[in-house]
Amino acid sequence: MTLRELIDKLLGRQPASAATAKQRLQLVLAHDRSDLNPELLEKMRREILEVVSRYVEIDLEEGDVSLETEDRVTALVANLPIKRARTTPLPPPSGTAAASA
Amino acid sequence: MTSASSRTILICSGKGGVGKTTLTANLGIALAKQGAKTAVLDADFGLRNLDLLLGLENRIVYTAQEVLAETCRLEQALVKHKQEPNLSLLPAGNPRMLEWLTPDDMKKIVAMLEERFDFVLIDCPAGIEDGFKNAAAASREALIVTTPEVSAVRDADRVIGLLQTREIQPVQLVLNRVRPKMMANQEMLAVDDVTDILALPLVGLVLEDEQVIVSTNRGEPLTLNGSRSPAGQAYMNVARRLRGEDVPLVDPTKKAPGLRAKFGRLMQTKIF
Repeated sequence: MTLRELIDKLLGRQPASAATAKQRLQLVLAHDRSDLNPELLEKMRREILEVVSRYVEIDLEEGDVSLETEDRVTALVANLPIKRARTTPLPPPSGTAAASA
Repeated sequence: MTSASSRTILICSGKGGVGKTTLTANLGIALAKQGAKTAVLDADFGLRNLDLLLGLENRIVYTAQEVLAETCRLEQALVKHKQEPNLSLLPAGNPRMLEWLTPDDMKKIVAMLEERFDFVLIDCPAGIEDGFKNAAAASREALIVTTPEVSAVRDADRVIGLLQTREIQPVQLVLNRVRPKMMANQEMLAVDDVTDILALPLVGLVLEDEQVIVSTNRGEPLTLNGSRSPAGQAYMNVARRLRGEDVPLVDPTKKAPGLRAKFGRLMQTKIF
């Protein structure tokens, strides 16, 4: 946090707009560059969470799967806080089991 | 045959109105003044404006279209700048053109220009459709013009992606219409923000400058009469850097003198 941001916060002012612009740009560019629409990303996010939660108990509230971009390379970043590991993994849902069999 | 030493540079931005044509005109004059034989090619045949910015609008008789149809020679279509004879303008076509040019046509024209000139600057139309594809087909390297605004940076990013798939190299960045005060107050994307996001080397930093409007009114680019205005100086420096001279780039928000700028830097200090 910069001095400016602290003062803005203390005075309840809107933060300077450059930081907002940068954040919004980074997000929109990550999507532009990957050609993944939000709907597909959301579907992928749900499936990833489903697979991971069969092996470990994760905090679904805190979990986050998003696209990030640096030096024109886009990465899928998953940040999934683990509550505890499962001793035996849960079985996959019947639909996907049939598909993988 | 293409001359090995000739450089064909695409000047593009994706978004319209960010300063492509102004950069092309000023850079063309600057390179010519520095002794390089330079051609500027207006690749926007629907809405051409480069002639107007250079003050050559009344002298166009033929276009690249007539050259390709062999109804005139290249020399007849080239409009030589009277004050700066190292610079010539070639419009790609006119709005009443019957057939649009193709990427192959552009390649042919550019190959002819490369035989005669050290630099060929192509003023690319806005957008990423046919006009852009034509212009890109004939180019070897590129300058991306953008401003520190979200829409301009986003569009620039799209264009950079397209240039990379076409293996155009190097692609360098000119950041236009920079307002140092707004940057110091963090109400405008910082120079580093834009270069980080687009991941391109910066070859020019042009401040917002009212003299640009005055010079377009007159049809005399700032670089023509050695203007000391900030934008005029910046354009001259872009030309020097393109020719390989080592001219340092100064971030106006980091170097600006005065209490206000100092205060701005203090406010940006990371406290935790």
